[in-house]
Amino acid sequence: MAAVGKSVARKDGIGKATGGAKYADDLTFPGMLFGRTIRSTIPRGRVRSVKLDFDTAGFTIVDHRDVPAKNAVDLMSQDQPFLVETEVRHMAEPILLLAHEDKEKLSAARVEIEYDEEAPLFDPEQSTQVFKAIDIVKGDVAAALAKADVIVEGTYRTGHQEHIYIEPNGVIAVPEDGGIAIYGSVQCPFYVIKALRCMLGSAHPNVRVIQTETGGGFGGKEEYPSIIAGHAVLLALKSGRPVKIIYDRVEDMVATTKRHPAIVRHRTGLTRDGKLVAMDVDVLLDGGAYVTLSPTVLSRGCIHAAGPYSCDDTRIQGRAVFTNTPPNGAFRGFGAPQTEFAVEVHMDRIAEQLGIDPVELRRINALRPGDRTATGQTLRDDCSAHMVLEEAVKRTDFTRKRREYRGTNRTIGLSLFYHGAGFTGAGERNLKSKARLELTLTGVRIATGSTEIGQGTRTMHAQIVTDALAIPYESVEVAQPDTSRVADSGPTVASRTCMVVGKILEECALEMKEKLGGLTPAEYYARSGGLTVERMYEPPDWIQWDDNTYLGDAYATYGWGCDVVELEVDPDTYEVRPLRITAVQEFGRPIHPALARGQIEGGTAQGMGYALLERVVMRDGAMANSTLTNYTIPTTLDMPEVDVVMLENPYPGGPFGAKGLGELPMDGPAPAVVNALRHMGLDVREIPATPELIAACGTIA
Amino acid sequence: MRYDRVKFTLNGAVRDVAAPPAARLIDVLREECGLTGTKEGCGEGECGACTVLVDGEPVCSCIVPVAQVAGAEVTTIEGLNGEHPLQKLFMDEVGAQCGICTPGMIMAALSLGPAPSLDDVRTALAGNLCRCTGYSAIYRAVMKWRGMPIPETAGAT
Repeated sequence: MAAVGKSVARKDGIGKATGGAKYADDLTFPGMLFGRTIRSTIPRGRVRSVKLDFDTAGFTIVDHRDVPAKNAVDLMSQDQPFLVETEVRHMAEPILLLAHEDKEKLSAARVEIEYDEEAPLFDPEQSTQVFKAIDIVKGDVAAALAKADVIVEGTYRTGHQEHIYIEPNGVIAVPEDGGIAIYGSVQCPFYVIKALRCMLGSAHPNVRVIQTETGGGFGGKEEYPSIIAGHAVLLALKSGRPVKIIYDRVEDMVATTKRHPAIVRHRTGLTRDGKLVAMDVDVLLDGGAYVTLSPTVLSRGCIHAAGPYSCDDTRIQGRAVFTNTPPNGAFRGFGAPQTEFAVEVHMDRIAEQLGIDPVELRRINALRPGDRTATGQTLRDDCSAHMVLEEAVKRTDFTRKRREYRGTNRTIGLSLFYHGAGFTGAGERNLKSKARLELTLTGVRIATGSTEIGQGTRTMHAQIVTDALAIPYESVEVAQPDTSRVADSGPTVASRTCMVVGKILEECALEMKEKLGGLTPAEYYARSGGLTVERMYEPPDWIQWDDNTYLGDAYATYGWGCDVVELEVDPDTYEVRPLRITAVQEFGRPIHPALARGQIEGGTAQGMGYALLERVVMRDGAMANSTLTNYTIPTTLDMPEVDVVMLENPYPGGPFGAKGLGELPMDGPAPAVVNALRHMGLDVREIPATPELIAACGTIA
Repeated sequence: MRYDRVKFTLNGAVRDVAAPPAARLIDVLREECGLTGTKEGCGEGECGACTVLVDGEPVCSCIVPVAQVAGAEVTTIEGLNGEHPLQKLFMDEVGAQCGICTPGMIMAALSLGPAPSLDDVRTALAGNLCRCTGYSAIYRAVMKWRGMPIPETAGAT
């Protein structure tokens, strides 16, 4: 019985529905203390003095001097301290840590911090401190612009977005024999290990990270948990007791990472009949106060900035810059939702100026197999831009509705988008991810660091192993990620967990099948004892990438999507009521159709929030609306029906033809919404398109 | 701090707890009673992850002082004993992804009448946030439980 391609029973069991599944805050350990983080209340300056204004009996108190080795979070750069020494770069920056066994006493403790304040920098356009600059040059854009019949220019802006995983961040550090264990809500247990090794140095070698059931991540638990884990470990080392740090919602919103705000400028040359001849794109990302992952977010953003279109002469320049705001970081889509919003809204503005139907403009220019992307990558047969476009147009009766809705308060718009799967360029080769299969008495156990954060990792990996090994699905178990006993399969990010880690598991299973030689696991065990197979990822050998020029095969493959949004706008209040979304997406082949559909429905909802609702208000460098009362995400009443269409175009390098899926659905909704608004005469070029913003963009005919 | 004795029925059994009268019901449930199936997402009654039934009505246990449930019947997700058909349907229909909103979502759904329309389901769950699913799979689970036809676009895969 094949498992791949079927919506088989999930490996999660029933625990999530009975309340039995254990999340970080559900765990307690004997003698456990609670930890609290004292944070900066200014966006920029220097700490002059710290005064403890409480009875310190029973408290464990930690500052930067308690860091055993290096006070730096080891990520892409080592610029961010676990705890402020003197320099404060943003609001809510951690300065001091407290722990106590009594939560009431802990929260009542008062700490007075005096600062020498400095003038903060909030405007990324004024920032001269560049974390990363990228310049992608294909052909000669200046010459091509000079020859173009028509030039269309525009500037597009996207705001911060907060992840709002429903389980806030949290970890517990537990001293154990000869070391320390960290239990936590994390996407990337091995990132935490890397950061802790740097912080602890050689004095504390035995560190392990165990992922607890994780209540959503979306990128928000990619890099930030390393900081919380560091804090809990410092308190645990000093007190000698387990320490639990769970953020409340406000702290999570004020202090942790968000999606990078972006300003994207387009200058595009076309022939009079709509052929793209020159695309000149400039991308500016607000990185916030530390580097975090901004260079790679910028990289993915720039690579996707020309959209799924063919244009011989293209230049994409990008910068991620410093500001005195909390650092921005990973969020589903990783730079692409920002730049694909810009290019897709720009395409509809081009269509408007040329008097060409927006579908026709995309038909003329959308990438086909054999075409070259902005980085000069020649696309293979798994390019489906035209397939998703035609299916979406047909399924929604787009052209007729577009015509009929004109002049009413109902409208319809679309977006065409793509998303590269896996790490960029040479990333997967450098990562050297590993996966392991262990024979058990009754079957096999998958042992990887890939985390289940709701998307279905356990189930989907087990399906792949089941079919490759030709054993019953029920005999495949999945180990809880514990860095001391699973293979480092790389981070659970970048739409790579199915396509990349799933591929290694498929190869492990094939190797194990050969070694079993036709014996069942029990028979093999009886004859030869245990068996473990571990393999490393080998990206396709044709991938060529130059990290200096940003030219080459940026991704092994891409997922493709076309979203159509129908909505109504209240002519008096400018409130938008989405009526129906059609999401046509091609991502190779769904391993588990119901889980895949869940990724599309959920990603589409996040995209609708990004488009219309989710506005982060920054005041004096801090998020001013840091509660779910005034930062609103889509509820049941905000989300319309989503018609999901999953098209197949297998990627030969993925397990059973699968590509990555997780991020693709995030890219499409915002431009489709704004393009629908444009069809009503509302010249929106920014998200979130709140009623106030829309009202300033025109009147409804 | 003053501790009062508060007596209520929890999942069918009488409980008598000592707690400050203003203690949040969620803390009493999770810490005093050891029932961690009730989750905290926001602490201000906005996300619904902490939904429990008090005398059959769904409430956010993070904004209910324990004194308020004196003499009442409180039902948490554990009170369903893992036997409620909605629990399995949430997993099978992928109405649960990360699962953190699931206990509250299920408790809120229990307030629905026997033949709900999709709009009834939407309204009943409007106070429960889910960031993973976009809600469609939750509708599929609930409608299937109530034996109601599933609209085409929220249909089974």
